[in-house]
Amino acid sequence: MNRVTRLYYLSRRWWKAVRLFMVIAGPGIVVMIADNDAGGITTYAATGAKYEYRLIWFLVILGPVAYYIQEMTVRLGAVTKRGHAEAIFDGFGPFWGWFSLLDLLLVDWLTLVTEFIGMTSALSIFGVPGWVTVVAVCLLMGFIVLNGRYWTWEKLAMAFCAVNLIYIPGAFLVHPDVSTILRHGLIPNFPGGFTGELFFYLMANIGTTIAPWMLFFQQSSVVDKGLKEKDIPWGKFDTFVGSIFTVLVAVFIVIVTGTVLYGREVTDAGEASRMLMESHHYAGVIMAIGLFDAGLLGAICISLASSWAFGEVFGWAHSLNNKITEAPWFYVSYFLALVSAGLVVLIPGAPLVLITLFVQVVAVTLLPAALVFLILLLNDKDTMGDRTNTLWDNIINGSIVAVIIALSTLYGISTLFPTLFG
Amino acid sequence: MSIKHALQTIVADQLEQVRAVNRRYATPRLKTSPAVRWALLILRLYLLTLVGLLAYKFITILTH
Repeated sequence: MNRVTRLYYLSRRWWKAVRLFMVIAGPGIVVMIADNDAGGITTYAATGAKYEYRLIWFLVILGPVAYYIQEMTVRLGAVTKRGHAEAIFDGFGPFWGWFSLLDLLLVDWLTLVTEFIGMTSALSIFGVPGWVTVVAVCLLMGFIVLNGRYWTWEKLAMAFCAVNLIYIPGAFLVHPDVSTILRHGLIPNFPGGFTGELFFYLMANIGTTIAPWMLFFQQSSVVDKGLKEKDIPWGKFDTFVGSIFTVLVAVFIVIVTGTVLYGREVTDAGEASRMLMESHHYAGVIMAIGLFDAGLLGAICISLASSWAFGEVFGWAHSLNNKITEAPWFYVSYFLALVSAGLVVLIPGAPLVLITLFVQVVAVTLLPAALVFLILLLNDKDTMGDRTNTLWDNIINGSIVAVIIALSTLYGISTLFPTLFG
Repeated sequence: MSIKHALQTIVADQLEQVRAVNRRYATPRLKTSPAVRWALLILRLYLLTLVGLLAYKFITILTH
């Protein structure tokens, strides 16, 4: 009887914790899964096709890296109740504030174009014309944000996050050899030696795991959701769960393309879907559906990151809890970015490949600044109080930031000068 | 009201908003400790280098 009672109370406590988590979960899971956007899917697909399972260990390492960076935005947002753009203006003055804001606007808009490229490419596999995709996506995203409640937006975004997990069952369709995955994938190695090409792939994977918009998005999202300091442990757990999902999705994409397309040249995920469909029809279909969902999720988050940032700095109403009449500029900037990015993809002969490459270079100008500001703000005892970075936090986060800055810079430079690293 | 006048009013409003933002954040709140000063200096140099590389690439594309 005593054991039954104890079990009952234990299960009640667990259920209560699960319910609390379901209330607080959102920003971390959404940002982490949206991190696997259309560009990310292409990078993972190309990595699998080029190196089979041999770089899975590297993707696994990137999970904790993403977690440690993003958890800082949770603390900063919950304590200051300010988004990252506003925090930079406040902490470092107008020069760095405008630099970050305008750079964010440019990077986000260019990334948004790449999301539309991914979405139109994915649906073209099913015979859907590009203009239909762009119009449908704009209408869908309008419906998602115009309901006037953050909660509804977040739950819809999480539903799209769930669709992103489609790659996991997709991998089972191609019957990979588990023992080969474990043998080749989990032991750190540099296939073919540390060549310039391998270096480029490693840097591309880092570039897609840590993006500047993620910092701005999660911090603003934490503020809009109204997370308080007491919610920080759950916010961190939310980010932790998200980081596990983001790695899982990345690994399973590599498994799919590593199993079926190993040795073939893959330049984009839409092409990978078509190639997969030749031998594994449903795996190809899943890849295409996942690519569309990834682009949509990325577009949802990226367009919001810019609108939130502008609203914070200009002092406009900028919450998803506001109706369109209460926050007109917030929604105008959201739709302006969305529609203009969608239209670019429809322009015949638009330099889409150049835009895709340019994103990586421009992102490199913003990422180091945003990361350095994040570390400095987290060390401001006057603002952060008990939540200031500890010495251990600074050692871990400082090392991660230093490595990311070095590698993302080399990635940007190698995009500008492709022959530089051999 | 002519279109030109309306546009002038909108631009003037936007510029005033930018000035208001500059005034609001004129004094950085973060203490300029040596660590902060060094970090910002290195950032400036880093960005200047990157902009230089971008400009070089742009000129190379134009001249070839």
